[in-house]
Amino acid sequence: MRAHDSHDVGYAHSMKAVVVGCGRVGSEVARQLAEDGWDVTTVDENAEALARLGRDWGGAFVVGHAMEADVLLRAGIETADAAVVATSGDNTNIVIGQVIQKRYGVRCVVVRVLDPRRAEFFEGLGLRTVCPTQTAISFLVDAVRASDLGPTRPAQGRA
Amino acid sequence: MYLIVAGGGKVGANVAASLLAMGHEVTLVEQRHDRFEKLEEQFGPIVLRGDATEIHVLERAGIERPPDIVLAVTGDDEDNLVIAQIAKEGYGVPKAIARVNDPRNQQHFDLLGITQTVCATSGILALVEHEVPQHGLVRLLELRQEGLEVVEIQIAGKSPAAGKRVAGLSLPEGVRLVSVTRNGVGEIAVGETVVRPGDRVIAILKPGLEDRLRRALVG
Repeated sequence: MRAHDSHDVGYAHSMKAVVVGCGRVGSEVARQLAEDGWDVTTVDENAEALARLGRDWGGAFVVGHAMEADVLLRAGIETADAAVVATSGDNTNIVIGQVIQKRYGVRCVVVRVLDPRRAEFFEGLGLRTVCPTQTAISFLVDAVRASDLGPTRPAQGRA
Repeated sequence: MYLIVAGGGKVGANVAASLLAMGHEVTLVEQRHDRFEKLEEQFGPIVLRGDATEIHVLERAGIERPPDIVLAVTGDDEDNLVIAQIAKEGYGVPKAIARVNDPRNQQHFDLLGITQTVCATSGILALVEHEVPQHGLVRLLELRQEGLEVVEIQIAGKSPAAGKRVAGLSLPEGVRLVSVTRNGVGEIAVGETVVRPGDRVIAILKPGLEDRLRRALVG
């Protein structure tokens, strides 16, 4: 019985996510989580960002800057299970992410940080960061390495 | 002392100039090109151009030495918080002092352990409040780290405290009267000191007891 439960229950009740920053990244994260059945609230300081979510957007949308406590509260941060912070500012994301983690105790907080060194530093302080720059670097280097064109290991095989 | 000043606006530039005049060693970090050029003219090679929230810029500024104090005084609160956190948590800088531009962000600095902050807006508002006391109680000084504050209260004619000795006042626990000022002359408050209408009383208390203190003295 128990083993069975964990298999096909899905979510007992809808899980709630708050997505801060409704740009190219945030809006798509919000849409995909909503498709997965999450109850999603998106926050952006620009009301026009709502358009990015598409006409069929069924979740909530809060206009305001998430540094302001009442904006996060209106987004329902106190009952959120997860938060994704992806505004255009690294430092804004870092601060908001820590506030959501420490003040509101949200279990899963993921923050976008473009600068790899800052991402690594705050990861060390216990913040879960995603660094697209580092991902791009790794993919680009791997792509060239996989091409078989470059120097292989330290020049071997020369007689 | 060695100090890094992050942010070369009016605050950063003036603080840097004063610190240099006091004989301290300073590196001033400014991101904006136009500002940087002016600062370099004024201060010479101690000015570094770059974003002080980038670790490699802080490293060029000497964060690894580490400095005795880092001053995070840019016009952006998120930047100031991040700079102060990197300095304290990453490099063991003994003292990071941050400027708070928007007083509503003070709570974030407190939450993230940046306890030494300066907020011009709050300071000015406190001074205005001093001139126009609301509800008869003025906050003079906030000792955030100590968890205490110093307030001033004006005693009115109908105040329950008027005409009573300090020892006879029923003050809540966590409140101590410090002084009583009458006609511009202040006296240290002792048990025998009598409070009269028109007096200005200074008290030290734990935050949160303001209303109870006000009720005890003003009614």
